[in-house]
Amino acid sequence: MTGVPVPAPVQASLSASLPRVLVLWCPDWPVVAARQHEKLPVDVPFVLTEKGLVFAASASARAEGISRGLRLREAQSRFPGLIDRAYDPALDSRAFEPVIAGIEELIPGVQLLRPGMCAVRVRGAAQYYGGEKAAALTVIDRVNEIVASDARVGVADALFTAVHASRSTVGVDQVSRSARARIIPAGESAQFLAPLAISVLDEPQIVTLLIKLGISTLGEFAQLAHADVRTRFGDLGARLHALASGRDPQAFIARTPPLDLDVVIDFEPALDRVDQITFGVRSRADDFIEGLVRAQLVVTAIRIELDSESGEIAERVWLHPRSFAATDVVDRVRWQVQGSNLIEAGLSSGISRVRIVPETVDAIGNHETGLWGSGLEPRIHHGLARVQSMLGHGGVLVPTVQGGRTLQSRQQLTAWGDRSTGQRSVQRPWPGSLPAPLPGTVFSSRHAVHVFAHDGSSVSVDERGHVVAAPASFATSDSRSRTLTAWAGPWPLDGRWWEAQSRGRSWRFQAVDDTGCAWLLVLDDGGWWAEARYD
Amino acid sequence: MSHAIDTIEHMFEYEQVSPVSAHALSAIAEALPSAPSRSAAADRVTELQSRIAQMQSRTLDSQLIPTHPAIGKLLPGGGLQQGTVYSIDRSMMLLMALLAPPSAAGSWCAVIGVPEFGIEAAERFGVDLERLVLIPHPGDQWLAVTAAIVDVVDVVVTRPPRRASDSAVARLASRLRQRKSTLLMMGSWPQSEAMVSLGESLWHGIGDGHGHLAAREVTVTVTSKSAARPRSARLWLPDSSETIRAYSDHETVKPPLAALPELTVLTQRVSA
Repeated sequence: MTGVPVPAPVQASLSASLPRVLVLWCPDWPVVAARQHEKLPVDVPFVLTEKGLVFAASASARAEGISRGLRLREAQSRFPGLIDRAYDPALDSRAFEPVIAGIEELIPGVQLLRPGMCAVRVRGAAQYYGGEKAAALTVIDRVNEIVASDARVGVADALFTAVHASRSTVGVDQVSRSARARIIPAGESAQFLAPLAISVLDEPQIVTLLIKLGISTLGEFAQLAHADVRTRFGDLGARLHALASGRDPQAFIARTPPLDLDVVIDFEPALDRVDQITFGVRSRADDFIEGLVRAQLVVTAIRIELDSESGEIAERVWLHPRSFAATDVVDRVRWQVQGSNLIEAGLSSGISRVRIVPETVDAIGNHETGLWGSGLEPRIHHGLARVQSMLGHGGVLVPTVQGGRTLQSRQQLTAWGDRSTGQRSVQRPWPGSLPAPLPGTVFSSRHAVHVFAHDGSSVSVDERGHVVAAPASFATSDSRSRTLTAWAGPWPLDGRWWEAQSRGRSWRFQAVDDTGCAWLLVLDDGGWWAEARYD
Repeated sequence: MSHAIDTIEHMFEYEQVSPVSAHALSAIAEALPSAPSRSAAADRVTELQSRIAQMQSRTLDSQLIPTHPAIGKLLPGGGLQQGTVYSIDRSMMLLMALLAPPSAAGSWCAVIGVPEFGIEAAERFGVDLERLVLIPHPGDQWLAVTAAIVDVVDVVVTRPPRRASDSAVARLASRLRQRKSTLLMMGSWPQSEAMVSLGESLWHGIGDGHGHLAAREVTVTVTSKSAARPRSARLWLPDSSETIRAYSDHETVKPPLAALPELTVLTQRVSA
């Protein structure tokens, strides 16, 4: 089989249809970001460490012979005054955000490749700024205004080529400013890529094999027939071959710039009274909802952050079964301030800042009420929300039944509007749960009782699970004694027997008193309890 | 006094009705000897009674909400009416039996100030938990909360506070009439339409140290202002398959043996 070259016209037409892409690359971005965050001078040798090894080193540190992968102690021995910080990937992204925003002001439609590198379509900008070179230099100037970094730009037909064009530029040491941007003319991608080492393809397995086969540059790889490469290396190989030939199959996806919908309310001086805070929040809550409506969104979950004067932050996410209105937002702020109780728990001083962040948003179209209203549900919701604003968030509860052995653990109550969490499945077998019918009254806190035998002695259960004497009557601490006409039990319930600390062994009885009322009585280490009533 | 005069005046608007009390009519019906004519008379009596009840009701177009037939036939009007208050005498299962049919029919229910309401039992009785809201601790704002809930929820269960002022009672009653909600009060209430209470109850399936609670037969008694004497019926609340139905004399209940806890059987054998 002979290597048939890819027909040239196809390549030309492909490259003609491809968009021109500008890639901005800020070398050593982790170092730049950390340096900016720590406000360190540019020329101080500085490294970021991860797991005791050097993750990234500044240019001045590299000049001292410190490189990536070196042990921190070794690096410190090479330059004693070395400053080291732990590497924080989140900081990288956070620090790059203003750079992206800055570029978006110049050219819309930025695609973030990774922190420190982003791409943008340049065709329109090239016309506006009078050429791709001019556009590239404008971008570099803009980035240098935002962050002190040695920004480079590459422009080419496709993403892969543009990335390597930006990497082939020379740095800030060079006299010429224009050397920091490299333009690969349309259709010349293949020529530009040809001399690059095969190792720039980021697939070690295939690259190692190619090197063993005697292919050391992208140009040599590109000369192989596409069909042969696909046959031998599969889809991944075919994709790498396309990259090496200057055709990047990766689609360009511009990011949608996030809307700034957060609302921050500062109080000066800090406030410590609930009504003052809610009054201050009221008008901005209107702005918050208005901003969302303008973006054609409704918010179904918000996060409220309360900053106290002494620097503590109390935050919590609030859900809404439908969507938040301004008054709902004010209510949530009030509940949160009341709940955090300012002085007693959590926040020890007045609140200096309230921040309202939309956590989950939805298109407004999905939440529009129909022309004839949407039935009963909104009415229910308004009524319950009103009660909730009277009694607090936890005042209105929605019940669900979950799996469990005791009656109390089988019922779960969730505040109206919240999602129920951590439910145990009812379907699982729960040995020890009560037989039907179930008691209608389940005391929210069980009552202590005394159970007596005929001779007036207290009833207990021995080690083998037998009652010592048949129960004949029982009495609560504050009421008359009730005679028992029938009883059944004891049914053992041995919970968490594998843990000595939380082990709870109890015996359950059903008993019917002389009025015909039946009770669920429980005997445990703490004595007798009435847990529920069958009334 | 004026109420009674009013009733009599309205009675004469129907040409067939003679101004005799429902009690007298039922007495006549009972006195009639032969079986077919007695049933015809009984039908006639019920028809007339319902007409009287219709005239006596405070709202003209009061409608019934779904009620279990065994309890509904005891209630004035043949079931729970919209816009009225009923007193339930301290039986949670009776309450659930009243709550289940409207809930199953799609109504929203709310339980205010009853923290010990057994959720799982309610679900077993047929109350839809998706449409049930609990407000266990309304505190001092009982009236405001109940009024707000009555606005939006069809059937509301609540326990009245120790002392409700007359004005509060009147305001709540007018709100109920306006919103057509039914209020089930746990305990007595001055303006209740009827008082549903539990009489003698007998548990089946449990013995002296063996078995377990399986079924209960109870006497449900309804005392109302419109009926001269209390009406009562014997019901299974619940029967061994966890349903509510009228009690008939010739049936006996057997506890489901498979559901017996094994240890209990063992205990019996050891002690025997």
